[in-house]
Amino acid sequence: MNPVQAKDSEIIKTVIYEVLRYNPAGDRSPHIERYSVPVTKGMTVLDGLLWIKEHKDPTLSWRSSCRMGVCGSCGMFINGLPRLACNNQIVHLHSDRISIKPLPNFDIIRDLVPDLETLFQKHRAVKPYLIRKDRGEQDHPTGEYFQSQQELMNYIQFAYCIKCGLCLSACPTVATSKNYAGPQSLAQGWRYTSDSRDEGAAEREAVLFSEHGVYRCHFAGACSQVCPKGVDPALAIQLAKREAFFKTFGRHRSRPSASVAPPVQNWVPRTDIPKAPEPTVKAKS
Amino acid sequence: MRESKLWSWHILSGVVIAVLLGIHMAIMHMDAVLEILGIGSGDPIRSDAVFYRSRQLYFMITYIILLAAALFHGLYGLRSMLCELSLSRALEKVIGTLCTAVGLVLFIYGSYVAMTVYRMGEVLP
Amino acid sequence: MQNRLSNRLGLWGWLAGGRYGPERYVYALHRLAGLGILAYFLLHIFVTGTRIQGPEKWESTMQFFGTPFFKIGEFLVFLAFAYHAINGIRLILVELALTIGKPGLPTYPYSYSTLRQRPLLIIAMLVAGIVMIIGGADFFWLTK
Repeated sequence: MNPVQAKDSEIIKTVIYEVLRYNPAGDRSPHIERYSVPVTKGMTVLDGLLWIKEHKDPTLSWRSSCRMGVCGSCGMFINGLPRLACNNQIVHLHSDRISIKPLPNFDIIRDLVPDLETLFQKHRAVKPYLIRKDRGEQDHPTGEYFQSQQELMNYIQFAYCIKCGLCLSACPTVATSKNYAGPQSLAQGWRYTSDSRDEGAAEREAVLFSEHGVYRCHFAGACSQVCPKGVDPALAIQLAKREAFFKTFGRHRSRPSASVAPPVQNWVPRTDIPKAPEPTVKAKS
Repeated sequence: MRESKLWSWHILSGVVIAVLLGIHMAIMHMDAVLEILGIGSGDPIRSDAVFYRSRQLYFMITYIILLAAALFHGLYGLRSMLCELSLSRALEKVIGTLCTAVGLVLFIYGSYVAMTVYRMGEVLP
Repeated sequence: MQNRLSNRLGLWGWLAGGRYGPERYVYALHRLAGLGILAYFLLHIFVTGTRIQGPEKWESTMQFFGTPFFKIGEFLVFLAFAYHAINGIRLILVELALTIGKPGLPTYPYSYSTLRQRPLLIIAMLVAGIVMIIGGADFFWLTK
């Protein structure tokens, strides 16, 4: 049946879900279970899993939350690639067999639930926050930081990361190396280092340019291929290598970091804006 | 950082090898093609051709440069591959030291041979 | 924690991790070629070092290595070098962020660095193929 012409609740086709199951309390090794799932218009892989849980097998476990591709919870290995289950419609996989396994390169807690603790540890290690020499200004700001549109374009793409972990699953270096920082943390390290407001490049060097940092990336490019938000971590890593290369030979032009906006002089409130009404819920004193 | 320096030299040595080893491959393995192009000089591995080249100063110098570049590039690549196999820090350090040691030993040996054969040219006709 | 099952792909991840683009396998082959060249090179230093013992020793060494078995091995090293060198030039350009574009705003369908350097990859593979064919012609076809 043509999925475009079908009514919303009409069953377009039936697919077989082949899901890897593993129960740490009972199973010694994982095994595949098959479920026959009816597909309606616009149904995503996540919708299929929810259907299985409601109608066939309530013990099936996975992580999901927003169901719209912004939280990064539902990363799984679907039909040969790490994908977000909520971001992929079943008909767009062009197959009657939907093979679902937990994300590779992460330990499996149960069924399709990966242990993402290594992802978060590596992310924390790269100090993913703005670091300024003037901590007083950072903690108690007196004004905004000036930043031009061009300076914003240098890093904004890498700020779209939702920490889903698909890139670490795709990376061949992460496949063999426990110590490699991974595309997510290296791209986030570059996101902050290349931010003109940041002054903490030296603090991130120990992670970015160590033996297990950017130099263990060899541009397989798989991370950028699977990123659901178009962050392109491979680009961030190569940009980091480029800057380090020119720095090594003293050809690096260092930019001054963003300055703080001076306090506004002679601020006069506008008189044509009416006062806000009194709040109806009184704050507890 | 140290790793930045090593990697930058890995890249530069790669460029050096691409040029010098490219010439070496052209002389050794494309000699028939070079003959067709008119710049060949017979079988390159006959001993008189080999010793003729060995006695040229420019040859000895480029040989030693190529030897250093190739040893560094190859052994850094090997160390890089081994460091991606989830080994302990101590083992990774041992691998690094071994690669450096092997590289130095082979460099000294290869340079010694090159310089000795070059000086043989000063003694023999 | 209790009973976490390891799902690390290991070396299999270098070869058959999933439906990824060609760059991943080009990189695995680049490493294999590099290992082959390194192994040959370390022996090559010693083999060519025999010239220090004079022309007769050199001639006998070359006779020993002139058999078809070694000739084919040499050709394999030549193939590995052609691939490794030309792919290496491409890697130098890519890893210095010269041919992969600039960061921008991600709008779907996303343009990303892997896609942007693919024309360069195709050119590099074609050039490597041409060099291999010329080398093969010299090794096995054109008489000296």
